Amino acid sequence: MSTVAQTFKETARRLTRDLRHRELIQNALGKYYVGRDEKKARFQNWQEARQAAAEIKWDAVNHLDKYLEEFVSKLEARGTKVFWASTGQQACDYIVEVAKKRNVRSIVKSKAMTGEEIHLAQALEKSGVEVVETDLGEYIVQLREEPPYHIVFPAMHLTRHEISDLFTKKLGTAPTDNPEELTMIARRTLRKKYCAADMGISGANFAVAETGMISLTTNEGNGRLSTSLPKVHVAVIGIEKVLPTLDDLALFLPMLATAGAAQAVSCYNTFIGGPRQDGESDGPEEFHVVLLDNGRTRLLADAEQRDTLHCIRCGACLNVCPIYKNIGGHTYGTTYMGPIGSVLTPHLRGLKEWKHLSFASSLCGACTEACPVKIDLHHHLLQNRRNAIRCASPWWEKLIFKGFVTLMNHPAFYRLGVKLGWFGQKFHWLVKGTRLDPMYAWTQSREAPPLALHTFKDYWRRKKS
Amino acid sequence: MSEREPILGRIREALRAAAPKPGLLSGPGQRVPAHEKRPTDFRPWLPAVGESFDERAALFAKNSAELKTDFQLVADRAELQTKLVALAHAEGWKKIATHAGDLTNFAFAALGMPVVRTDSRYDVNELESSDAGITECDALVAQTGSVVVTTRSAGGRALSVLPPHHVVLARRDQLLRDLPAAFAALKRQYGSDYPSMMCLITGPSRTGDIERILVLGAHGPKKLTIFCL
Repeated sequence: MSTVAQTFKETARRLTRDLRHRELIQNALGKYYVGRDEKKARFQNWQEARQAAAEIKWDAVNHLDKYLEEFVSKLEARGTKVFWASTGQQACDYIVEVAKKRNVRSIVKSKAMTGEEIHLAQALEKSGVEVVETDLGEYIVQLREEPPYHIVFPAMHLTRHEISDLFTKKLGTAPTDNPEELTMIARRTLRKKYCAADMGISGANFAVAETGMISLTTNEGNGRLSTSLPKVHVAVIGIEKVLPTLDDLALFLPMLATAGAAQAVSCYNTFIGGPRQDGESDGPEEFHVVLLDNGRTRLLADAEQRDTLHCIRCGACLNVCPIYKNIGGHTYGTTYMGPIGSVLTPHLRGLKEWKHLSFASSLCGACTEACPVKIDLHHHLLQNRRNAIRCASPWWEKLIFKGFVTLMNHPAFYRLGVKLGWFGQKFHWLVKGTRLDPMYAWTQSREAPPLALHTFKDYWRRKKS
Repeated sequence: MSEREPILGRIREALRAAAPKPGLLSGPGQRVPAHEKRPTDFRPWLPAVGESFDERAALFAKNSAELKTDFQLVADRAELQTKLVALAHAEGWKKIATHAGDLTNFAFAALGMPVVRTDSRYDVNELESSDAGITECDALVAQTGSVVVTTRSAGGRALSVLPPHHVVLARRDQLLRDLPAAFAALKRQYGSDYPSMMCLITGPSRTGDIERILVLGAHGPKKLTIFCL
């Protein structure tokens, strides 16, 4: 077993028994469920809206070359510099280079999952630049030197006391139990950073091909400030983020907010199409868009799972997943967690090492049902299991399945097997619950029900005669 | 070196295999049949909005209350002046920030206090220390309780987000029905020459990152007031 799989199992085992952890997750998500259902009910037809969103994303992803070229030519026409990066390393190198050229000393960063994916902040810090996360949740986990816990709610695993202790330790502020005061501490600290920063970094929620704009969603306004005040703005965007037209946002913005944060629409939806234009009084002098492949074209080539690229990173599938709710976000050890992360990660980082995530699912289908763009998540998890077996199936597993097929194809063998099982079970108590137990995986936490001597087959035959 | 051609090449190669269209499969989450053509009119599915001005205004007021936006319909400029002065007095404004415009010029004259103008280059620290940012807008959206601003209609990028109180001055004919109407209006207004930034502002800045408890004024304005004339 690979080490990431081992770590995953151990952490999962520990956290599923952690009642405090469960309480925090339940508290955060309980509020989300109520709000989400209420906002969903305002739609005249949520299911039709999902279907429409899925079809628009299908159109976008299946004509990706055309839409990307349109997006880029529109952006470049208004002075944006576009860089295409095949790998995360290339993207980081480019941004470090831009920072060097412009003598950048400090950077304010608005939340971007692509940034997490390519470890952008670390790369920039290594080159001697200060990078400050500005989303409150991200800022908190950055101070704790840990990755976000959730795609949308990065600090959902922390209590106000822990955050207060953290601020006291790192910022030297007085302890407080009041979330508003804690938020104001971050506000005051970060305001100075915005005004002094030389560069702002953001992601994008959508890339509008028709008008050559990125669409950036935040609630706190950090996205607005990070892209307004510094003299350089860099947006790191996955190539799959395209939407064909500006009008499509009328559907996607409310769906993203409803599914992602239980809001009708998020507080700030910002559409940026270039650096400061002639006649404008502020805004960055330079706007760079970094288009990131980093494994996405590999996933695109898998027609069966191509719809995974429809993902708008709302986090709805995490919020309903019984596995996520039990093991939490850090256990996955991945950038993208929950069902979408379990489907994506084997494609982005290799199936061999990450195939265990395909089994981190109860196959209940809650994720598929929750997805606003109808990604067939739970079937993709099954497909990844199949693919993992195809590429490396252990000999003993092959042997077991060969035996199973023989057994099931020969009624006489099957009958004999059932009788033998009944007989063998008489001696089960000798090894039950020990390592010698052939059913150990089952019996260590459950009772094995007794096999019946008289089977349904026997009953049926008797009844017929 | 930009990898434009290799990436586009990989995309074209990948797309040679066709992917199934959504809605063709059966199972959970696939309950709605596929449309013949990609849909472009979302109105039948989005939250419903009435046609008349009164219905729109009522919905905007309801959404505003929920979002903690202070939305006020004012009869004329005299009433606007009274309300603005009262607001400035109540909050103890000493300095405001604004941009040139028909309504903003009126407000600035009515208030008669030191002002930071963002029509051309300005000092960021001056703007940051202003008590309120007063702007016009492109539209109000009844469906969501949103204000549409752009660099051209609202004095640049930072004016509507840096001062702690954002005051929007709008006209009644700017109160639109829904999001499709708002995007149509932007298209009509700017065509192929869009401002470098457009924004849909929905309520004052907010966060729920600490135990999912709502706090206003995370980074942007703590208060949003809309006067609709």
